[in-house]
Order: sequence, then structure tokens, then C-alpha cells
Amino acid sequence: MTESGRLAVRKTYKLYIGGAFPRSESGRSYVVTSSKGDFLANASRASRKDARDAVTAARKAFPGWSGATAYNRGQILYRIAEMLEGRRAQFAAELADADGVSARRAGELADAAVDRLVWYAGWSDKIGAIRGAANPVAGPYFNLSTPEPTGVVAVVAPQQAPLLGLVSVVAPVIVTGNTCVVVTSERAPLPAITLAEVLATSDLPGGVVNLLTGRVAELAPWLAGHMDVNAIDLTGCDEELAVACERDAAENLKRVLRPPAGKIDWSADPGVERLTAFLETKTVWHPTGV
Amino acid sequence: MFEYAPAPESRDVVDIRPSYGLFVNGEWVDSPGGEREKTVNPASEEVLAEFTMATDADVDRAVTAARAAYDTVWSRMPGRERAKYLFRIARIIQERARELAVLESLDNGKPIRESRDVDLPLVAAHFFYHAGWADKLEYAGFGPAPRPLGVAAQVIPWNFPLLMLAWKIAPALACGNTVVLKPAETTPLTALAFAEICRQADLPPGVVNIVTGAGATGRALVEHPGVRKVAFTGSTEVGRQIARSVAGTRKKLTLELGGKAANIVYEDAALDQAVEGIVNGIFFNQGHVCCAGSRLLVQESIEGELLDALKRRLATLRLGDPLDKNTDIGAINSAAQLAKIRELSEAGEQEGAERWSPSCPIPDKGYWFPPTLFTGVAQSHRIAREEIFGPVLSVLTFRTPAEAVEKANNTPFGLSAGVWTEKGSRILWTADRLRAGVVWANTFNRFDPTSPFGGYRESGYGREGGRHGLEAYLDV
Repeated sequence: MTESGRLAVRKTYKLYIGGAFPRSESGRSYVVTSSKGDFLANASRASRKDARDAVTAARKAFPGWSGATAYNRGQILYRIAEMLEGRRAQFAAELADADGVSARRAGELADAAVDRLVWYAGWSDKIGAIRGAANPVAGPYFNLSTPEPTGVVAVVAPQQAPLLGLVSVVAPVIVTGNTCVVVTSERAPLPAITLAEVLATSDLPGGVVNLLTGRVAELAPWLAGHMDVNAIDLTGCDEELAVACERDAAENLKRVLRPPAGKIDWSADPGVERLTAFLETKTVWHPTGV
Repeated sequence: MFEYAPAPESRDVVDIRPSYGLFVNGEWVDSPGGEREKTVNPASEEVLAEFTMATDADVDRAVTAARAAYDTVWSRMPGRERAKYLFRIARIIQERARELAVLESLDNGKPIRESRDVDLPLVAAHFFYHAGWADKLEYAGFGPAPRPLGVAAQVIPWNFPLLMLAWKIAPALACGNTVVLKPAETTPLTALAFAEICRQADLPPGVVNIVTGAGATGRALVEHPGVRKVAFTGSTEVGRQIARSVAGTRKKLTLELGGKAANIVYEDAALDQAVEGIVNGIFFNQGHVCCAGSRLLVQESIEGELLDALKRRLATLRLGDPLDKNTDIGAINSAAQLAKIRELSEAGEQEGAERWSPSCPIPDKGYWFPPTLFTGVAQSHRIAREEIFGPVLSVLTFRTPAEAVEKANNTPFGLSAGVWTEKGSRILWTADRLRAGVVWANTFNRFDPTSPFGGYRESGYGREGGRHGLEAYLDV
């Protein structure tokens, strides 16, 4: 109850799959609390079936998204940044609740997430220039290598940095044309679902990003072993879970981005490693002649 | 057709020792506990030499030597000096090319025409190309001072023994790593000859170590804790095991595995050129090629015409003595591989595909399989799904470009693909949609050290060749 005597309308936090906001098919939820331990929300606790539905949605979205022009993908990522900026106050409030940081610091973290998206948006039509090549083969052939998206990427988002960390692992995956299924921070999933509302209003096709909230240790192994997932980012896994997932990922030879050693500084310059980790190189040959 | 007089290449140029030890720290060493195995000429079943099955202790000794060479010599050497060693090696390979080609054909069974004109020139080119990178790595796009990783464990297959060695060792050394390499157990001889080349080049001891053996030796090598990098070329099944065993170790891993490439022929293709490309795609090196065009996807409207032309061409292929300069199809590398090809071909017949081979005399001794094609193949047939790794072509048809792409991508593999059409926009449209690391348009099975090679999906990860290939051997 506010001072004016009006009861606030709370938000129901659900999953984000295929552009829709379903509850977990399992009917499960879990309590999310603030850094002080106060009740914030009952978040959906995604199940194996939800994870599989999310992979199906991501696979379905892949041809359209990877086939879109780089210019188009760049504009959509920039559009996500615009929408996020517009909700700055909401994200700042959620981050202050989740991490117990000051309002000013929370605002800076939201700003950094916006800037990160803008930075990655610009990569869409430039990564080919730095990761492609015209190869001077010893013969009468045209020979060109270009980077292409790997496919469906499972992303275990960092447990810390629930917004900046999340944006920093999702943006490099999708900007090149991959689609993804993301397991959000287990402890602080609410900014992720609010981000889903941003994604849903940014012209991003449904299914390009799918967000699952719930138990990381339950969801990550199913994605690591899923035969229609092409790559997995294990950033948010602890050491033991990461090793188990890497082993499962071998079954269909997923590309694996291992969690970096030590604590990650999400405010640092990200470099291009997260982009190139989920790119394939395709080389096309053709004879020259008249 | 034509009568050919025998035109055998002389084997006097090679000098095979009766027995080989291991090459560790620049010396030939005997294994205290290692058994001996024989390597045979698959075209005659004649024993060529004995070699050592390296034990865990031998592998440990080799990794220790490689680590010491890395710490004390190779990682500290200026790139321009490393470069000159690699240029030296490239030159020695060129000087001894004929000898190495004959040795390769003897041990592997591939026609001398291929070992002489394809394998060896590419081996030399690979060292020459990577030599030039050794002092230019700061320009390779991996940051201002990319560092090497340490000791690289490299396990290579029997289909292109010396070429696969070059693909592994040249970039590893150029980037400043030292290596322990295990050649395949049916084709150890050219790797052992390469050890001698390292000595002729005065390569510092321990920079290159060669341990021979089978699966157990390979496992000991990739699982050795002193190894920082694992590179494997071979079957998808073994690749999976390696990926599993490397999990949690933070060793850098690149895998170049199996394939089931589609070779798509549209109705407007230049038919004679397409036929040559199809033949080169699947019968080059007896089909022992991971990127072989083993699934022919032909547009329905030209199926009859293309198959007639293809059968006419297959009837002219000459199978026999690998050392004969007129031979097109050599011997299958081993009895085990021959059994696998037979098993899958029988499955093809049992599942309802129609089998055809030209009349083709088969030598009495050795391991041989005639060029074979299957028509009426369905996507569900084993011969359309599994890698046969032999001279067996499965023919499927399609009606529309979209169907061709759908069928081409209907495989867990993604190493290579072919497209034949005279229409440029259709080539690019098709190439865009093929989920494969190498797409050959109006050509097939071309390789070059400047051109990155490697697969999508279950064909493995990482690239070999070009600027891209350096990443596998740098701490980036």
C-alpha cells in the first residue's frame, strides 16, 4: 500500500519462449527475494519440457534470423538498446532490489547494458570484414571465407550481473545470426524477464532469444545434452557443473565456451571472443576462366 | 578402350628400415615395454617394416621432451628464426618429394599419381606457407602479441598420412608450440621419414616428437596432463571420445572429423565437367577422404543422362598397382577398412538400393574394392547416412533447389559440399544455405594452405589452413 492508499499492481514474471510469455508447463515456481531477503516475486521454474520447447522455437527462428541482412540485425539490436533506455528507471529499480546497490549505481549498470547493446549492434556488418578472407590459393580459383552463425546456442548466463552480464552474453550470440536459449541468473531472474519485454517490443523475431528462469543445475545439463543445440556458453556454471556440461556437449560435438577462470569484470571492453566463439567459417571455391 | 603398358614408378628411391623406434628429443629411442607391429603394403600384403607401439611411459617421455624444448628453446626463439626452420623443412620435402611420394603409396596404397601430384606438393606448400607466418603473428588479427600454447598432442589418420602431418605440425611450429604427433597404425612410415627430415633440418631436439602406436597410444597422448593443445583428425566417434576426455581440462581442442558430403548437380550443369567432378569427388584416394562427395544429388530431369555419362567414365578407371603411373584407383588401406566398406555396401543392397560397378579386374593379393555406385537410394538408407570412407557413391535425386538444400543438409555432418550449375546466382544461393565448412562450386576436392578447411556440426570444430588455422595454436 502506497502513501496515497493505492495498492500497487504487481507483475507476473513468466518465461519467454518463441516470442510468447508462457508459465512453466510444469506449473512450478520459486521465490525470488531481494538482496535483503524480502519477497520480490514467484518466478517460473522452467522444466525439461520448457527447455525443449525453447530449443524448438530457437531452431524455427534460425533460418529467418540468420538469413536477415546484417544491416537489419544491427538495427534490431540498436532498437533493443533504445527500448532498454526507455525503461532505464524500471531496470535500475530491479537491479537495486536484486543486488542491493545504490540507486545511482543501479542506473549506471542499466546504462552500461544499453551501451553494450549499441556496441554489439555495430558488429553485425563488420565481423565479416575482420573474420572473413579472400584466400590467394595457388591455382585458377576464386576462394572466399566468410563467418556464419553456428546455429542454436544454449547460454547459461552469469549468476552475477543480472542485466549487464545477461546482455553481454546474449548480444554477441544473436548479432551474427545465431538464435539462443538462455538460462538466466537463478538468484536474480527478474531483470531478465523485464528484458524479455524489451525484446518483444524491439522487432526481434520471436524465438531468436528464449529465456528460461529456474534452477541452473537442472536446466543446463538438458541443454548441454540436447542434440539440436549446436553450441553452449557455460559462463554461468560453477566449475563442477561446467565440466559435466562440457562432457555432455561432446555427444553432438557442440562448440563449448568454457567459463573464464576467475571473476569477470563485465564493465571491461568485451573484445570479439564472444562473437567468434559462435561462428563457423565457410569457404567457397569456384574456378576462374573464360 | 585403350591398352596400357605397365609404367611403374621405381621403388628404389626409398630406403625402408626393417624396424623403427620412436623419435623423441631428436633421437631414435627404443621403447622398454612397447610391442612391435608390422606395417604392410595394402596392395600386396607385403610387410614393409616393424614399428613400435608406444606405451604410456613412452608418451610421457615424449611430452616431457616437448615441454623442455618449448620452455628452453622454441617458445623463446624469435619468429624469424622459427620461420627459417620451417622454410628449410619445406625445401627438404621438395628435394625428397619423389622418395616420399613412393613411400606414401607403398604404405597407404594410394596411386602414385595422387601422392606425387597432390599430396607431396601440398605438404611442401603447407610448410612454406606457415613458415611465413612465424614472424608475422602480430598481424594475424589475434592481438598485438599472441602467445603459443605449449605442447600440442596431434593424432592423425591414415588417408593422407604426410599431408595430415603437415596440416598439424606446420601451424603448431609456426606459432611457437612443440609437438608430439602420433601417425595412424597402418601408415607410420612417412611420419618416421619426416623425423629424419627434422634431423636434416637441424631442428632443435624435442620440438617434434613422433610416437607410433594405435588407439591406446593416442589416448595416452591426448589425456597427458602436460599437453596444452589437442588436435585430432579422424572418425567422429573417436572425436566424441576425445571431446569427452578433454572436458574440464582447459586443453584447447580442434577436431576434423567425418563427413557425408552432398554433391548437387543442377540440370543446367556442364555435364562432362560435372562427371569429372563427381569422379574426383568420390573416387579420389579410393574415397578415403573425409570431405568426399559421397552423396550425389542429381536433378531428376537429367538423372538418366548423367548416370549414363558417369557409368561410361567409371568404365575407364584403372584399378591396380598404386606405383603404376596410369593407376586411378589404388588399394584400400587395410583389411579392416575393406570389411567396413563391404559391410555398408551389403547394407545398401539389403535396404533396396541398386548396386553397379564397372567390370574391373581385381588383383589376387591385397585389399581392393571396385568403384561402385548405388542408385535408388533413400535418405533413410545407411549408405546415405553413414560415412563409408571408400569408393562408393550413393545417388539421390531432387526436383527443386529447395529440396536439394534440404536433402544436402539432412545429415549430422557438415564438412563439405559441391554445387554444379552454370548459373552464378544459383551457386551463391545454394552455397549460402549449405551447412558445410567448404563448398566447392563447379569443382571438388581442392585444397590449399591459404584456404581454411574444417566442418560444421558433427564434422568437428576449428579450421586448418589460412589465417583462421592459426587460432588453434595460439593462446587467444
